[in-house]
Amino acid sequence: MASPVAGHSPPPFFRRGPAPLARLVVLVSAALTLIVVDHRLNYLELLRQGLSVVTTPLQVAAGMPVTGVRSAGEYFADLARLQAENEDLRREQVALGTIRLRQEQLDLENTRLRALLDMRERVQVNAQVAEVIYAVRDPFSRRVVVDKGLTQGIEPGSPVVDDIGVIGQVTRVYPLNAEVTLISDKDQALPVQIARTGVRAVMFGAGSGTLELRYLATDVDLREGDRIVTSGLDGVFAPGLPVARVKSVDRDGSGGFVRILCVPLAGVESHSTVLIMAPGKPVLPADDAAATAGSARAEKAVKP
Amino acid sequence: MNQPSFSSRRILRPVRPWFIWLSMMFALLLNLMPLGRTPMLPDWVALVLCFWCVREPLRAGMGAGFVFGLLMDIGHGSLMGQHALAYVLLAYTAGTFSRRILWFGPLQQSLHVLPMLVGTQLVMLCVRLSTDAEFPGLGYFVGSVIATLLWHPISFVLLLPQYRPEDKDENRPI
Repeated sequence: MASPVAGHSPPPFFRRGPAPLARLVVLVSAALTLIVVDHRLNYLELLRQGLSVVTTPLQVAAGMPVTGVRSAGEYFADLARLQAENEDLRREQVALGTIRLRQEQLDLENTRLRALLDMRERVQVNAQVAEVIYAVRDPFSRRVVVDKGLTQGIEPGSPVVDDIGVIGQVTRVYPLNAEVTLISDKDQALPVQIARTGVRAVMFGAGSGTLELRYLATDVDLREGDRIVTSGLDGVFAPGLPVARVKSVDRDGSGGFVRILCVPLAGVESHSTVLIMAPGKPVLPADDAAATAGSARAEKAVKP
Repeated sequence: MNQPSFSSRRILRPVRPWFIWLSMMFALLLNLMPLGRTPMLPDWVALVLCFWCVREPLRAGMGAGFVFGLLMDIGHGSLMGQHALAYVLLAYTAGTFSRRILWFGPLQQSLHVLPMLVGTQLVMLCVRLSTDAEFPGLGYFVGSVIATLLWHPISFVLLLPQYRPEDKDENRPI
């Protein structure tokens, strides 16, 4: 562009700032920088928290009609269905009550025996009940938002379970709610073991709601229908929580590893009430040589 | 209602800048509705941004795309910069083809809009797949088709404040 004649700037209606192509280059490189920094370095949580001041009121406002319609639907829910559900719940409560009585007794006995054996006491797990408000709209990942957040003392990294088994892990905490990455997400890794044989492995999401056990040799002892539970090697998830059931075992695959697909036991994709447990403090194994690839991989999942 | 284009004789009032921002905010509100994992919903922000970039390329552009893209990234909890990149490219394309698109009638306009919206989604898909995300299935692109079908109604609604009352004055030349 030619420089303006001395003392004369171009008239205001010609001033349009930098050329479109220059602006495009600047903004695209800014966006690419953000993408790389967010994906590789995890530095942007502060920016996210800051800008969520703008989006949170919008989200609350946008949620109002949806919750309104939903609660209206619940109000008009079938009376008979509610009565049946009530009946079921009452029966279940009686059953659970007897189990709880036994449990208390067993707990007492357990602490006494552990004291006798001079073993480390198991950490008392305190948990909070939370409600899943909605699934995150991002179609590339599988996450849900629950109605408990920083103000209720939710910490990033906390395990999330429902009444059957593991659902996921809290990955991001906002003041009033928290984001839970489901175990069916492709990036979520979970250290598990096969309940029948005790073989340890790492479980990943495989897309479309299924799970996959990776890095197991082709001669591993595994059948369809085997139950997979958490191994507790990461120190975050308590050991023995049910995770999944083996759906198919494909030993013919190339690459030297067996391809194992599993279906989650808990209602990972359909749930309303969940339990957020306090994250366990990782206990470093003193002489446990078995904490190999499993726990190393699990570190990735622990990272908030 | 005939659309103001090269063939219509209607003259519009100038757009009010606050209305552009208000409509963008409203589109953002629609996008943030907690409707769960339903990939077929149209991306309202992309649609409205595209509309204003075509209609008023000097008032709405890549800056607006970047800001609303960042807000979308936070609202949807997606990768930071993913929507920002896609919307900046959309705003650039829409601004570049603005003169050409406005020459056509509503149907041909939406035929121009479809590749731009699909391109926006393709940019986001490439960004996410390169960061090891899950492929959401082809239903993901249905959102753009629905948004394209909404192009004509939405351009009518967004231009409503600019229509002037039709008072026939026989002495006025236009």
